[in-house]
Amino acid sequence: MNTITNNSMPTAPGLASANNALLELYKEQYELEDYQKGVPRWCSGCGDNAILTAVQRLCRDEALAPEKTVFVSGIGCSSRFPHYMNTYGVHSLHGRALPIAEGIRLARPDLKVFVNMGDGDCFSIGAAHWVHAVRYNMNMLAMVHDNNIYGLTKKQASPTSPKGLKTNTTPRGAYLDALNPLTVTLGIANVSFVAQVVDWIPKLLYQTLSEAYHHPGFSFVRIIQRCPEWLPTHLDEYLRDPERVLLLTHDNGLTLDTDLTKRYTKIEEHDPSDIHRAREVASGSDPIPVGILYRNENVPRYEETRSDTRLRTSALIRKGLEAEFDKFTIWPKGHQPQHA
Amino acid sequence: MAIEELTKVKSKNKNGRVEQASSPAVEQTRGAGVSPAVAQTSPSAPPLKPKAKVTRLKEHIVEIISDSGEGAQKCGQSFGAIVARMGLGVWTVEIIPAEIRPPARSVAGASGNRIRFGSTGVTNGGNETDLVVAFNEQVLLGRVRANELKPGCTILIESMWREDRRVAESYSTAIDELKAAGYKVYEIPMEVECHKHMPDAKKGKNMFALGLLIGLYSLDLKVGREQVALTFGKKGAKVIESNVALLEAGYAYAQENLDFRYEIPAAKSTEAQIVVNGNTALALGVLASGMEICAMYPITPATSASHYLSDVFEVVGGVVHQAEDEIAACTFAIGASYAGKCTVTITSGPGFSLKQEAIGLAVMGEIPLVVVNVQRGGPSTGQPTKTEQADLMSAIYGSHGDAPKVVLAPATIEDCFYSVIMARKIAETFNMVVVILSDANLANSQAPFTRPVFDEAWLAPPIDQSAVPTGAKPYDWDSKTGLARRFIPGQPGGQHTLTGLAHDEDSHVAYDAEINQRAIRARSLKLAALQKTLKPPTVFGDQTGDLLVIGWGSTKGAIEEAVTELREQGKKVSSMHLTFLQPMAPGIKEILAGFRKVIAIENNWSDLPSDEIIDESNRRYTMLATLLRSRYLVDVDCFSECRGTPLKPATVRRVIMEALS
Ligand SMILES: Cc1ncc(C[n+]2csc(CCOP(=O)(O)OP(=O)(O)O)c2C)c(N)n1
Ligand code: SF4
Ligand SMILES: [Mg+2]
Repeated sequence: MNTITNNSMPTAPGLASANNALLELYKEQYELEDYQKGVPRWCSGCGDNAILTAVQRLCRDEALAPEKTVFVSGIGCSSRFPHYMNTYGVHSLHGRALPIAEGIRLARPDLKVFVNMGDGDCFSIGAAHWVHAVRYNMNMLAMVHDNNIYGLTKKQASPTSPKGLKTNTTPRGAYLDALNPLTVTLGIANVSFVAQVVDWIPKLLYQTLSEAYHHPGFSFVRIIQRCPEWLPTHLDEYLRDPERVLLLTHDNGLTLDTDLTKRYTKIEEHDPSDIHRAREVASGSDPIPVGILYRNENVPRYEETRSDTRLRTSALIRKGLEAEFDKFTIWPKGHQPQHA
Repeated sequence: MAIEELTKVKSKNKNGRVEQASSPAVEQTRGAGVSPAVAQTSPSAPPLKPKAKVTRLKEHIVEIISDSGEGAQKCGQSFGAIVARMGLGVWTVEIIPAEIRPPARSVAGASGNRIRFGSTGVTNGGNETDLVVAFNEQVLLGRVRANELKPGCTILIESMWREDRRVAESYSTAIDELKAAGYKVYEIPMEVECHKHMPDAKKGKNMFALGLLIGLYSLDLKVGREQVALTFGKKGAKVIESNVALLEAGYAYAQENLDFRYEIPAAKSTEAQIVVNGNTALALGVLASGMEICAMYPITPATSASHYLSDVFEVVGGVVHQAEDEIAACTFAIGASYAGKCTVTITSGPGFSLKQEAIGLAVMGEIPLVVVNVQRGGPSTGQPTKTEQADLMSAIYGSHGDAPKVVLAPATIEDCFYSVIMARKIAETFNMVVVILSDANLANSQAPFTRPVFDEAWLAPPIDQSAVPTGAKPYDWDSKTGLARRFIPGQPGGQHTLTGLAHDEDSHVAYDAEINQRAIRARSLKLAALQKTLKPPTVFGDQTGDLLVIGWGSTKGAIEEAVTELREQGKKVSSMHLTFLQPMAPGIKEILAGFRKVIAIENNWSDLPSDEIIDESNRRYTMLATLLRSRYLVDVDCFSECRGTPLKPATVRRVIMEALS
């Protein structure tokens, strides 16, 4: 990034001095340390660490001004994420990260908004918000850290726990088939970006998040995440056997490095503009499809549909208000002003 | 009110119709003539029926009721606007059936409007109706059974049912019974008359009825025509024309066929006034507060505020966001507020309950937020269209843990407007959640108030995007006031993660005992800091006496009316109405000390001391009484009703008399 533009500054008057202050802080480059904060308290080997590293790299590479970047999360292990980013952040309520992020986005289109959620967070308690966030299609990058389990609350079944998985609430095995977040998301009106990736292939993780970041709209990325604490062997076979990962590639999707294609030989040429094929790919869970399933940049974004570029000056507000008052006013005889 | 005595003195005239004779409320009874209230009788108006008897009144209560969809509400609202335009004080109350389309001609289906109007300002819906226009006898019976009509009042009823074989019997039985009970019934062939002017006569009845009322109350037909033009303005000249014709037909019918008229002299007003209901006033307040975003989910009786706001907000660059549920509405608002634009979320009871967890997050993160709760009957789905004041405790104490927030209650329609401006200001000054408790009574009532004069200071300041001073922390709680400067995204150097977890000054998650203690103290102190800026409430009446009545919210008009009346009769009673419920203003204890007895009157439940198993050890007091008793250690008594209807001055008067005896 070469300049900090202020064409998307909030539409309030008298901000010239604030803008100048921003320009003083102009930086041509950021280092990784500019985005790092504290020491993550996740278990060692937890997939969340890999996601954090990828996101910090992405921020650095995109030279995002930390003060103009907001990470919003719910509650869960994964939702600690914003605390480890030296940006603005909201560590909110279980399930409610999306509507908070939407409010931020509508109020401040000049801010970059990221969302980190757990699988329970997004697909269970926050499921209504997930469906509607897809429909609003507001420009933000939403990551679901899907470890198929409730991590923070100590190993209860999540909507994505496979049938039969033994957890503290399903000691004899999970009773229900797992929910497929990809097919659900791809079935929602206004869906504009759907990707899936795994935490253990850093290069793909980075590439996918980068594509998602650049997508103008609601980018939904499901990240299959390891939870060695509660499910130490759950994903072992997928890690061990490259045949159980299906790489999606396309000129309009991810382009794969040779070191990747050498190891992962199950590869599908998938055009992300093909929603029908995307839905078919999405319904397969073994091998795990990894890459961009769907991308459509032409879906309208709610914040643009709704927002107003006019300066909200006091004169504008006054004019609107007086016009409304006029509608309801009863003037005493002889006092009615000419304009009314 | 003196007006109540009006029908007590009755006499039968030659036609067998009951007429009102002179009473203390009736200043003057005269024969036909040009009344002072009628500024100008329109040239096209037919001459008054010579026999018509003109009664001068201080005020009257009129009701117009129909099946829903027959336009009685439009008629009532227009009538309210006309009397207001003529300079009379007015308060209109919507009569709303619980269902959107209750079955036709059903006792529970009355839809319409009550209009109380008088020479001086009218502050509430009053007691019982003096004159009712009904489109069928069933909705009328509903109102009779609800004890809303004054015994023996005047009834104007559509008479077409006599010709309808299916219902003729029930109609004539009802009319006979009403007559026998002393009601003065005038049967009017509304549909037949309307048919002369409009092929679909059913549709125009409401404007015919409006014309009748204009005639009966000696109002200016010209103002009536203007109002019809305003009411149907969007629908074009043709529609206006045919409705004016119906209006004039109703007016002419009254002149030619009815033998009584009323006159209510208007006090000359020199101030421009605006006439809106409480919800529109709230929405106008949102506009005037400079807020830009309202996030909501539809719920009765709050929705009309958002309907109106949706229509006008965009004109000034605002957005009404209809979220997927109330939790989303509240968290969306929190997100926008956090990002620097203080936001409002509007709801009613059930939605308010859903927002409570999110409200706690705003309290914890110290994010300014305005939450409007237009209270309805509860618990659960309760009585969606009815009024109640039972969310006071959940507003103050709701959300788990210690979650101090500001709670204030508008008492008038004018207050609804200003309370939003004030709430936004407090929210942003103290970084707090401010809950505005309105209710269905205010939401569905219309009354004029002085047209506000725009003030720049109403508006929200621009978002601070200046760099944060080095070393400053996101929660630098002032040790005296608990206040901390808020960091807004975009401010360089202010990066931090706001969290709903316990946190220290740096917003770092902290489970440390000391830190938690310090943080809770700071959030609590802010209420005290606000309280220090409040003025003691004013006492209505003398500062000392036998009885002080305390209320909050929409009951103010009824309480003060009863107090005024009893004071005129020499009773040593005063009243006090609280705007701030949390924190409570200073000086209240001193005020309470000036009275021998104190009673809170509210629209929420309190156990009846007369119930067999209720005694001092188990009686539940009204919500405000409970708060006052615990804070001021004063033996505050209480009276309450949960009838879903607005408190009546007559009820207050009765309660005061009992308390005094
Ligand atoms: C309203 C509410 N209900 C329940 C909880 C308890 N809770 C916290 S996190 C969580 C689930 C965490 O699982 P997930 O979202 O998958 O995140 P993870 O910890 O696995 O990253 C639950 C049930 C809560 N904080 N709030
Ligand atoms: S419990 Fe699981 S998800 Fe949570 S930090 Fe540990 S490994 Fe990660
Ligand atoms: Mg999880």
